[in-house]
Amino acid sequence: MNRPQTKLTQGIDWPIVGLYLALVIIGLMSIFAAEYRGDDNIWQNIIHLSKNYSRQLMWFGISIVVASVIWLTDSKFFTATANLVYAFGILLLLLVLGIGKDVKGSHSWLVLGGFQFQPAELTKLCTNLALAKYLSSQETDFNKLRSRLIAAAIALVPAGIIILQSETGLALVYFSFFLVMYREGLPGVLLVIAFSGIVLVLSALLVDKMILFIIFSVITALVIYFSRREIKRKRSRLLVILGIYAFCSLFVMFIVPFAFTKVLKDYQVRRIEVMLGKENDPKATYNTRQSMIAIGSGGFWGKGYLKGTQTRFDFVPEQSTDFIFCTIGEDFGFVGSVLFIAIYVALLFRVIHVAERQRSTFTRVYAYGVASIIFFHLAINISMTIGLAPVIGIPLPLVSYGGSSLLAFTMLIFIMLRLDADRQMVLR
Amino acid sequence: MSVFNQPRRRVIQLIILGMMSIIIVRLFFLQVVEKKYAKLADANAVLRKVVYPSRGIIYDRKGRAILSNDVLYDLVVTPRSVKNIDTAYLCTILKIDKEEFKKKIADCIKKNGPVRQSVFQSLLPAEIYGQLQESMYLFQPGFELIPRQIRSYPYGAGANILGYIAEISPAMLKDSNYVSYNSGDYLGFTGLEKTYESVLMGQRGIQYLVKDNLNRPQGPYENGEFDSAAVAGKNLRLTLDIELQAFGEKLMHGKIGSIVAIDPSDGGILAMVSGPSFDPNLLTGSFRSANFNRLYQDTTLPLFNRAIQAQYPPGSTFKPMIALVGLDEGVITPSTGYPCTGAYYGCGRPIKCEHHDAGHASNLRNALSHSCNSYFSHTYRLSVDAAKWGGIRVGGMQKWADYMNNFGFGHKIGVDIPSERPGRIPDKKYYDAKYKGSWNSCTNVFLGIGQGEVETTPLQMANAMCIVSNRGSFFIPHFVKSIDNDDTHLLDKYKERHVVAHISDTAYSAVIHGMQDVIESGTGRVAQIDGITMGGKTGTAENYAIVDGKRTKMPNHAQFVAFAPAENPKIAICVIVERSGFGARYAAPIASLMIEKYLRDSISSNPRRQGLLKTVLETVTIPEAMRAKSKLDSLNSTVIKKRP
Repeated sequence: MNRPQTKLTQGIDWPIVGLYLALVIIGLMSIFAAEYRGDDNIWQNIIHLSKNYSRQLMWFGISIVVASVIWLTDSKFFTATANLVYAFGILLLLLVLGIGKDVKGSHSWLVLGGFQFQPAELTKLCTNLALAKYLSSQETDFNKLRSRLIAAAIALVPAGIIILQSETGLALVYFSFFLVMYREGLPGVLLVIAFSGIVLVLSALLVDKMILFIIFSVITALVIYFSRREIKRKRSRLLVILGIYAFCSLFVMFIVPFAFTKVLKDYQVRRIEVMLGKENDPKATYNTRQSMIAIGSGGFWGKGYLKGTQTRFDFVPEQSTDFIFCTIGEDFGFVGSVLFIAIYVALLFRVIHVAERQRSTFTRVYAYGVASIIFFHLAINISMTIGLAPVIGIPLPLVSYGGSSLLAFTMLIFIMLRLDADRQMVLR
Repeated sequence: MSVFNQPRRRVIQLIILGMMSIIIVRLFFLQVVEKKYAKLADANAVLRKVVYPSRGIIYDRKGRAILSNDVLYDLVVTPRSVKNIDTAYLCTILKIDKEEFKKKIADCIKKNGPVRQSVFQSLLPAEIYGQLQESMYLFQPGFELIPRQIRSYPYGAGANILGYIAEISPAMLKDSNYVSYNSGDYLGFTGLEKTYESVLMGQRGIQYLVKDNLNRPQGPYENGEFDSAAVAGKNLRLTLDIELQAFGEKLMHGKIGSIVAIDPSDGGILAMVSGPSFDPNLLTGSFRSANFNRLYQDTTLPLFNRAIQAQYPPGSTFKPMIALVGLDEGVITPSTGYPCTGAYYGCGRPIKCEHHDAGHASNLRNALSHSCNSYFSHTYRLSVDAAKWGGIRVGGMQKWADYMNNFGFGHKIGVDIPSERPGRIPDKKYYDAKYKGSWNSCTNVFLGIGQGEVETTPLQMANAMCIVSNRGSFFIPHFVKSIDNDDTHLLDKYKERHVVAHISDTAYSAVIHGMQDVIESGTGRVAQIDGITMGGKTGTAENYAIVDGKRTKMPNHAQFVAFAPAENPKIAICVIVERSGFGARYAAPIASLMIEKYLRDSISSNPRRQGLLKTVLETVTIPEAMRAKSKLDSLNSTVIKKRP
């Protein structure tokens, strides 16, 4: 390949860089707004790294340096070392299990010098690389069950270890890789099954078991009645229908209650029940309620930058990290929130566009991975702040305060940009 | 199904758009349709009141509240509303002059502005509050009394165990472990208040009240739909017996040292005294910081919890453990004797023994009850030099250190109050580094009699007594028996029985018999209680201090460890009285009185026991020079006077 090296930035996808910068800057401004107290000496805070926004600024600087290094790296490096990086990531996760530090009840932090670092953020990247490597390998036939199981294992092994670190929220994100697998040929019916599963769990929690059982029975009877001709032709159909019926009933009556009493932790059950409006535990509703008041009080146009009253007086907990969307919702209102979400959607669509223009399967899978990870974070995080999802501690990509998270997402995106710039090469 | 005929890329894009539409619809309802939220945030229409939860109460083993909440009042002022009041009269009540009044108002305006409330005087003393309350109508609406909770310790005992709360410091506010706190919040700084902060603190609530045009609260907004109730902190129930604790503090008056008493059957701590003690009420209310400085600077170091932080050479109280190791390794049997004639000569330079009559160490039981130094020096050397470990420098020393670590020495045991110290058990590495490989069992033969490099805390010694009396097992010593409505796992580690190196039952029997003889006919006879069988061991730890740059011999630390009743132990105890000489003199009587108090609820009227009690109470062992400069007694008495 003879690439004319005329310009250093040759082949870079500027729309994505622009959207990336926009989100990071909105993030910095929001963290600043969440902390700003009127009489602060801003320059002094920035120099002394005494505030979250000043530390985030420093992490942004580090991210830029890392992004530049990635840009100057040969893209073959990423394909060649994908499995190695994955193994390293798993090792790091296991290391945290051993010598990690407890922060706010989760055992998922490493302390290096004065900085805390959460390896679970980095392993998303490792997993994405490994999955891309596996799916693009010539030996892999993704129509075979075996390959699908291996791909699922690549995605779920880190999730398992992260659950052991009591960071269930971060583990959930690994399910986003199923979206990638769907794109690569996982049957669409699996998406339908996953969706039905969620509906089943929710109905099991919200509706009385006996009523559900009756509803299932009625539906089954109707289905059998309407497909009686097909059943006559093919007896096994009846077995399939009855099998689904039996499974749904068992799932609702036994498996869900069992999971809730034995598998999930007390506080997780409480958060889910609060979200569903079942329990009114003040301790569990506090965060969601304050966050909804802050966002709701923003109104149509918002109160204006730095004019929010809810986020300013520490009524919303964790405002700089998981609840950063409150600041945007309060200061910029409905209009601002929609525009903000639009920036994300633009980024996601652009990433999908980039993915689809690849000749290399590796890059396509990787780029879809980037889109899926960002999408899951975005959907869960915002849903949580407006009371649509239980409080799950995952950050808003590129916006929430947190060095490991910002750095991890920067690396995720810039590796994709590097791969995309070399899309004329066939990478494996 | 047509959707699956679309390219998969479109399906994924549709999923993204679908999810975002749901979010946007929800946002539309939240921000545009629903007006309640906008009004909530409007400070002119709705008053937001932070409701502070009451902190959890701590009860002792008999259900008596030993740390609860009192209400005190802050006088707050809204400077702009101060009009036409009798300033002179207010100044008289508050005992300030007019100049100071003006200065305080000016300070408040500087801090919070003229229209917002500021604290004029915090935590008013009871008599000022009483007078103010009667005539408050004269000073309203500018001035107001706001209730505030402070911690109170009804028994005035257990200061170092219970700990205290104080305002969060600026440094802590920056620490990610304290993100849920705001400046001005109080939190536990020491003791149980710190360890169990997460359960004691509760959760603050918010109340929204509708205001009228004159800014007066008119009632809940939207029927309280948006209020979050404050959740009170959870109560702790301790294994501590507050009466025993207070009794122990009385016994340690005028002495430096400590008492640790544990229930061997579950590891629950019954009393933990660090003498001299102070009244924990000194660290509450408006005098907290002044009192803290006085206590901090006091020559007797009352804030230093000697029971878990002071490390002493255990002296002869170590001998039961030396015997157990010897028995387990098979280097001695219960009938092994040693021909001691008043000193141990095995290492050249003789190690003196208190006894020289023939046969005082004719077997293990006798050797223990007479605390024969020769016998245990000999046993120690046999254990570490045992051929099966290849000698002391190969495996013997390390094996011995492992035994001691198993007995709970040389590391923090994990009691549920902070700042525990580990003590010290020297191992092979330590001696290799110190003597560059040229050392043998004579170099550290003093370990056999609890001297030399070994150091233990009183808590560790009391725990060792639990192990001996339980015949080889213990629970990690702890204070909290249960937490009301517990959903944490904080107490799990205290429910598990730990088995120590599988030493045989006969070895324990031999040691326990020897320790019973200590009380019945040996060095600890003074501790005898009629009708209670007891095992014990006296000890005297040599005490050196650096005086004018020279290592100088100081009066010895008296130690005593015991457990009772011997056949079914309910209490294991360690008492240390610094600089008071031989162990039987003060430490054994104190332990004996504590045991009687716990098992029988009171000290018998028998003249021998009453005499013992009187002697202990009257004894002062704090050195004159230290006592002359200590202000502790006068500090304590100020609180005692104040309490109703």
